Amino acid sequence: MSAIFVDARGLSCPQPVILAHKAISEGVFPVEVTVDTVTSRENVRRMAEKNGCKVEISQQDDEFTLVIKK
Amino acid sequence: MRDRLTQFFASRWGIIFVGAAIGILGPVLQKAGNPTNMGICVACFERDIAGAIGLHRANIVQYLRPEIPGFVLGSTIAALIFREFKARSGSAPIVRFVLGVFAMIGALAFLGCPWRASFRLAGGDMTSLPALLGLIIGITGGVWFLRSGYNLGRSQKTYPAVGWIMPILMIGLLLLLIFRPVFSEGGPIFFSDKGPGSMYAPLLVSLGVGLIIGFLAQRSRFCTMGAVRDVILMRDYHLISGLLGLIVAALLTNLVLGQFKIGYTGMPVAHSNWLWNTLGMVLAGLAYSLAGGCPGRQLFLSGEGDGDSAVFVLGMIVGAGIAHNFNLAAKADAVSDGVLTVGGLSPFGMAAVILGIVFCLLIGFTLRQKVA
Repeated sequence: MSAIFVDARGLSCPQPVILAHKAISEGVFPVEVTVDTVTSRENVRRMAEKNGCKVEISQQDDEFTLVIKK
Repeated sequence: MRDRLTQFFASRWGIIFVGAAIGILGPVLQKAGNPTNMGICVACFERDIAGAIGLHRANIVQYLRPEIPGFVLGSTIAALIFREFKARSGSAPIVRFVLGVFAMIGALAFLGCPWRASFRLAGGDMTSLPALLGLIIGITGGVWFLRSGYNLGRSQKTYPAVGWIMPILMIGLLLLLIFRPVFSEGGPIFFSDKGPGSMYAPLLVSLGVGLIIGFLAQRSRFCTMGAVRDVILMRDYHLISGLLGLIVAALLTNLVLGQFKIGYTGMPVAHSNWLWNTLGMVLAGLAYSLAGGCPGRQLFLSGEGDGDSAVFVLGMIVGAGIAHNFNLAAKADAVSDGVLTVGGLSPFGMAAVILGIVFCLLIGFTLRQKVA
C-alpha cells in the first residue's frame, strides 16, 4: 500500500513536480503521484530519479500513476 | 520508433538538439528577410499580428507573421502523431488573460520576449544583458510565490472542439495572409511598408521553420522561462541546457552569416535605457512564471489543446494592441546624421510597467493555497 497519495491531475507545470517533491521530502515511501499529461509524467519522473528514487509508471486511459520508491 | 523519439526528446541531448535547432533557424530567418536580431521573437511577432488585424495602428509593426501559426500548428501535428493532443481548460482564464496583457506590456518595454533577448545577445546586442537580468529577477519572484503555495487551480478535461479553436484560428490567420482580403478602404489587413513590419522572410520559409520549431518544441517542452525557473526552484539544469544550446548555436550561426555586431547603443530595433529594459523584463518574467510558461511555450501548449494557454496568447495579442494604442511600447534608439537619440518608454509606459508589477504581486499574494 502506498503511504502518500498526490493527486496532480489538471495542475499545470511545475505544480505536479512541487507537490511530488514535497511528498518525497517527507521520507515516507512509496509515494503515488497521479498526473494527466505526458509532460507532468516526465517532469515528475526526472525529479524523482534525480533524488535517487525508483519510479514505476502505469497508465489508465489518459492518466498516469507514478509509484515512487526509495 | 515513436517511443524512442519520445525518449530522445526527453533527454538532455534532446533538449540541447532542439535549442540548437532553434538557435540556427532564427538567424537563418533573419538572413532570409526577418528584422535584425529578430529572426524569431514571439512577442514581436504577436505584436505584428495585432497590428495587421488593426488592433493597433503603429504602421511600422504590422504583418501577419506566419511563424506564429507555424508554432501552434507544428505543435498540433506533433501532439496528434504522438497522441498527446488533449483538450483542457478552466484554470483561472481571466487571470491568465490579464497576465498575458501585462506580459506583452513588459516585453514591449524591452522590445522583445526571452527568445529575442537570447537572439539579441547572440547577435552582439549588449542591451539584452539588463533584460536577461530582469527576466531572472522576475522569475525568482515567481518561484518565491510558487514555493509559498501560489497556483492557478486545476484545469478540466473538456470537449475536443475546445482544443481545436486555437489551431483553427491560426489557420484563419494564414488564410488572411495568403489571400490578403481588403475589408474596407484604408482598412485591414494592414501590412507595413517601412520599419520592422516590412521586413520578412518568404512566407513558405517562415511557415516551414515555424512548423518545424512547433513540432520540436512540443516534443521537448522547450521553455525559456521554465529553463530559468527550474534552476532556481530545484537546481534542475534540463531546460536551461536547451536555452544555452540556442544561444551558442545562434552566436555561431550569426558569426558564419556575418550578422554578429557587438554594441550597446543604437542597436537594431532596441533601446539602451538599462533601467526600463530591466524592469520591463522583471514584469514579463513575473507574468510568465505566474502563468506557467514563456510566450513560446504558451503557443505550443495552445497547439496541443490547452485552452488556458490559448487565453494567455490572446491576452498577449490584445496587450500588444493596448501597448501601442496607449503609447506604452518602447521607442527604439535612433541615429540620424550621426546623432544618437536614446529611445525608451513614455511616462505612460513606465506607469504601465509598474502597474503590471503591482498586479502580478497582488495575484501572487492572493492566489495561494496554504502550504502545510
